[in-house]
Amino acid sequence: MSIRSEEVMKIAHLARLGIKDEQLSGYASELSNIMQLVEQMNQVDTTEIEPMAHPLDQSQRLRLDVVTENNQRESLQKNAPNVEDGLFLVPRVID
Amino acid sequence: MYNQSLKQLSTGLRNKAFSSVELSHYFLQRIKRFDGDLNSVITLNEEAALQSAAQADKSISMGEAGLLTGIPLLHKDIFCTEGLRTSCGSKMLDNFIAPYNATAVEKLAQAGAVMLGKTNMDEFAMGSSNETSFYGGVKNPWNLQTVPGGSSGGSAAAVAARLAPLASGTDTGGSIRQPAAFCGITGIKPTYGRVSRYGMIAFASSLDQGGAMAKSAEDAAIMLQSMSGFDEKDSTSVDRPVDDLLAHLDRPIKGLTIGLPKEFFSDDLDAGIAEKIEQAIDAIKSAGATIKEISLPNINLSVPAYYVVAPAECSANLSRFDGVRFGYRCEEPKDLEDLYKRSRGEGFGDEVKRRIMIGAYVLSAGYYDAYYKKAQQVRRLIQQDFARAFKDVDIIASATAPSVAFAAGEKKDDPVSMYLSDIFTIGVNLAGLPGMSVPCGFVDDKPVGLQLIGNYFEEARLLNVAHQYQQLTDWHLRVPAGYEQE
Repeated sequence: MSIRSEEVMKIAHLARLGIKDEQLSGYASELSNIMQLVEQMNQVDTTEIEPMAHPLDQSQRLRLDVVTENNQRESLQKNAPNVEDGLFLVPRVID
Repeated sequence: MYNQSLKQLSTGLRNKAFSSVELSHYFLQRIKRFDGDLNSVITLNEEAALQSAAQADKSISMGEAGLLTGIPLLHKDIFCTEGLRTSCGSKMLDNFIAPYNATAVEKLAQAGAVMLGKTNMDEFAMGSSNETSFYGGVKNPWNLQTVPGGSSGGSAAAVAARLAPLASGTDTGGSIRQPAAFCGITGIKPTYGRVSRYGMIAFASSLDQGGAMAKSAEDAAIMLQSMSGFDEKDSTSVDRPVDDLLAHLDRPIKGLTIGLPKEFFSDDLDAGIAEKIEQAIDAIKSAGATIKEISLPNINLSVPAYYVVAPAECSANLSRFDGVRFGYRCEEPKDLEDLYKRSRGEGFGDEVKRRIMIGAYVLSAGYYDAYYKKAQQVRRLIQQDFARAFKDVDIIASATAPSVAFAAGEKKDDPVSMYLSDIFTIGVNLAGLPGMSVPCGFVDDKPVGLQLIGNYFEEARLLNVAHQYQQLTDWHLRVPAGYEQE
């Protein structure tokens, strides 16, 4: 599997990663090499094999639907780049 | 002092041969003296450390001390530490002050351990050489031209140089075991779910597991005991009692069967490393264990499957870094999309970006079955191989890594060759088994690690075999040249 620069551009957009144009071909060749390694998986037939999502096949533990966390807005927002009146600020989205 | 075991240090504290403040000061001084070259510690916690040491001294005076009370340690900078920068080795979190403690950090603090600082690591734990850190690479104290391994390279180098008796690590594909091998120390990754992942910054959630790095199996056992256990805050934590790891260390290993996977002992294995591993196995045999050849027929597919599962999970986990709620934000974003793209493009390093893109690619429309589902099926086959092997053997042994520490820069620009340096360790994470690395000699004056793999929740057995091996050998007591002065 070889990944072209245009595909890198598309994947980077999906992942919201800003990539400079001059880096596209470098990433394309590195990602192609990685996908070549990945494709060694095709050596083995896995029809009928149950996919494994959890090492211990444990299912997600459930808990009662009650509030367990205190409100920590102030301490959590201390790490935010830009806040005002308890709100996270971003560039204007709707004119 | 620097080479004393945890038990010796703990006895010294109780007998008032020295105080925890003195001990902490001693190791802080070692960090200041030696770490300029190594770059293993990226944040010092001096003032708070001396305060908690003073607190520990009070507990000791009141006769309330456990084995870890007053013992200094370092945490990998992937563990959240309240009030202290937690960077995960990334520009993205260079300004992040964790608002709470990871459960593993909290448990060790409750046990009275004194946190001296945070260790350097590959960015978001993605790397096998510690060269992807935003804070620069870490040097291997055995040879400053070589890497310490990764991603817990800072923790491994610090323990090897005796800058602290203990350090925490995390292991997603070998990140405790491979650096432990490269730096000549003992490191254990327990069974998936044994140590809480709460507050441990997520890379690949179905593989990540915290563990202990120390000079010896005995010290690692004491540390792991304290870190382990069920945690309601981690939905993947396993609700099952923790064995008494210390109590099992002295059990004789006579009658145990050690399996050697033939796939890990092929003709491709470096001859020098093969010789050291064979000598280590002979020593274990001399203690009464039986050796049996086994086969893990699908193990050669573990690196390919891993490079689907880990990037897929990482691309999902790292989507939280959006430049809005915490972490790096680019200058003057022109709109929201520009804010996301430039914050992430500028905040993440190359290797992290590569893995996010691989993850986004394999999960993108139309590719899910061909890659992610396929990898999960291969993962099942690898798990079944191990399950079959553990019907016949108690422990599996191999080399931890296919080479000794390589030169800085050697694999930096070749991701695939870097990935293949985890060829012996990755299968253990895919299966969720416990594994460890124990120093077993030197090739070209560089340490070699013996990997021991156990069945689920057999940490006590693993540490028992490692401890018995360390009763017969002194590789774990060797200190790199230049770091032996008090």
